[in-house]
Amino acid sequence: MSSNAPTDSVCLTVPSHARYLGLVRKVIQQVSQEGGFTEDEGRKLILAVDEACSNVIKHSYDNDPTKTISLTLTDSAEKLEIRIQDFGKRPDVDRIRPRDLDEVRPGGLGTHFIQSIMDEVTYDTSPGVGCILHLVKYKSPQVRHKHR
Amino acid sequence: MELHVDRADSGVIIVAVSGEVDMNTSLEVRSALTPLFAEKPKALVVDLSGVGYMDSSGVATLVEGLQWSHRSQIPFRLYGMTSAVKDVFEMARLESLFEIFETREAALGDLV
Repeated sequence: MSSNAPTDSVCLTVPSHARYLGLVRKVIQQVSQEGGFTEDEGRKLILAVDEACSNVIKHSYDNDPTKTISLTLTDSAEKLEIRIQDFGKRPDVDRIRPRDLDEVRPGGLGTHFIQSIMDEVTYDTSPGVGCILHLVKYKSPQVRHKHR
Repeated sequence: MELHVDRADSGVIIVAVSGEVDMNTSLEVRSALTPLFAEKPKALVVDLSGVGYMDSSGVATLVEGLQWSHRSQIPFRLYGMTSAVKDVFEMARLESLFEIFETREAALGDLV
């Protein structure tokens, strides 16, 4: 990926099996590094995307490993956009919210992590597209400068 | 992901976790920790210094460990948190709920 290009896109489709999460993380690490994000920001981007894909496997596909998850990463000077598409159960978007952190119990933290890390989190469940989770991380002025 | 269990003469069990703890591997960590509480050790101490990545399922496993610890009255301690583990603990605001130490010596200090 050339850092001189105004916009770079990477597409990745993986089976809906948790063993492929490591591959997704490697791709995000590479893209965030190329995009000029700091190591700390990169680690958090990896976590957000990993949690989103884990949610697809668990909730959209009910742990069925025979389906697919498609990711499109679009890196530009001002932001990194990530689209995560699946064709599983359509989520009830109004019911997706982070849980109360005062409640100490295992589980339910993934959505909290995604929303804490990303600047924009939106869902598209229009007919024919399955479910597309759209994540955006804007770059700080320092990162934008490095990207040029 | 790899696990190594060390039963010290002091009665403390130390579990070293290394690699990536995610949806694919956290069940292994859970399966390893559960029976260790049944051994009624003096304390169960988890070495996280080799963990390069941890997601919410890994955090959930450690929260379960904390709950088992409360039920069994067996101290449950963590040490050697890497940046990746610190990130998720901070975001989940869990640091104050666990007994967290920087080093093995500090974690075992009053137990041996």
